[in-house]
Amino acid sequence: MDRKEITIPFVHKPAAHCETGVASNMLQFYGIPLSEAMVFGLGSGLFFAHLTFIRMHGMAVTSFRPLPGRIFNRATKLLGVKLHRAKFRDPDKAMDTLDALIEQGIPTGMLVGVFYLPYFPQEYRFHFNAHNITCIGRNAEGKYLISDPVSTRIETISREELLKVRYALGTYPPKGRMYWIAQQPEKPGLALLIRKAIHRNCRDMLDIPAPIVGVKGIRFLARRMKKWPKRMGEKKAIANLVQVIRMLEEIGTGGAGFRYMYAAFLQEAATVTGESRLNECSAAMTEAGDMWRHFAVEGARLFKKRAGVPLSFDELSQLLLNIADKEETVFRTLKKIINI
Amino acid sequence: MKIEDVPQDGQILGKDGISVRDVCYAQDESGNYTQVFSVGWQPKNEALMQAWDLVLEEAEEARQAALSGKESPLRYHMMKCLLDVPMLSSYTGQSKKQIRKHFQSEAFLKLSPDILEIYAKAMKITVAELCSV
Repeated sequence: MDRKEITIPFVHKPAAHCETGVASNMLQFYGIPLSEAMVFGLGSGLFFAHLTFIRMHGMAVTSFRPLPGRIFNRATKLLGVKLHRAKFRDPDKAMDTLDALIEQGIPTGMLVGVFYLPYFPQEYRFHFNAHNITCIGRNAEGKYLISDPVSTRIETISREELLKVRYALGTYPPKGRMYWIAQQPEKPGLALLIRKAIHRNCRDMLDIPAPIVGVKGIRFLARRMKKWPKRMGEKKAIANLVQVIRMLEEIGTGGAGFRYMYAAFLQEAATVTGESRLNECSAAMTEAGDMWRHFAVEGARLFKKRAGVPLSFDELSQLLLNIADKEETVFRTLKKIINI
Repeated sequence: MKIEDVPQDGQILGKDGISVRDVCYAQDESGNYTQVFSVGWQPKNEALMQAWDLVLEEAEEARQAALSGKESPLRYHMMKCLLDVPMLSSYTGQSKKQIRKHFQSEAFLKLSPDILEIYAKAMKITVAELCSV
């Protein structure tokens, strides 16, 4: 097989989250410089959901962001960026299409499973199937050049390895899904888009009529957590707590990290829109981030049985209720400021 | 979070040759947010390792069963890969019933090299590793 070397002049910038990182890097390639935080904000990326009916390792999933792909879709839609998407039943066809795209110099995003990604440290691996990476070329040995926002360098992976992660199985298999920007997007008028995106985020956190999402969802988890030790015994309760904290801090679902990223977005938004009150909201959001971090520290203390008296599940639950109050205040204020 | 408060607890990411980093958003002296690389944070590292300990603890029972010959090593390797029977089934094309059968030593010993290869490939280990614990 003749495999010529290809390097797309794509600037790889690591990011806190794969989706926003890939989107930000891709837009940069097409001449729209938006920071990761800005993409996150435009995608109305702050969220909370305690999904009792989706199970991972037999325990409920807690998510600190919308469904995978949602931030990306919302941000690109708002910006008017046209995306091409494809998925393939036939793995060879998926790889042929990828080859054709990079040969045309088009950076190509892909959804992959992280468990078999060779450069992932063992401890970070789990069967999560909605990780985003961008393919930006191929080297002389036919290995693919991958811009993965979690890595500080451009990674190379073989065709076989790429096939394995593109066709990972389990919950939400990626099925070779890929996407690329189809049309050179125009420069957006950011101020209005920012208002729209904040408005939408307020709605997501405050107004969705379901008890398990948004601010209400945080309270829901708080109430349930209180009952865990009694309902399932100490050991299972601790396993559930570990799961929450892992999801809180895991790559791509980050709880506190996402609060800080939203704070960074609000700060940028204040500059772009000239609405200085957004800076105050940014500060309040930073506090919410600090509170989530505090929760993670206390949670870890409980399951590590570290020195000092750890908090009980009751007290952890109270921390969550405080966070819910804090975030509710932030979004109520934002809603007033935006007032669309 | 201030830049100097960004945790750098490198138990996992600090190891040699690992290029994965956590990116944190933190504030500089004048309160402006910037990106900062982190090699990890203690509570997160602990949650990750605790989760793995639980997996290995549960897999230990399967390992003991395989060591004593009560069972084939297949179930142990499956658990170590965080797989369950339905997932292993979709990776290998073996039916769930077949997989459960292959958990038994006698059935496992009779497996053809091809099938062993399929299992090993699904879990990204060698056939030799698959056949031992």
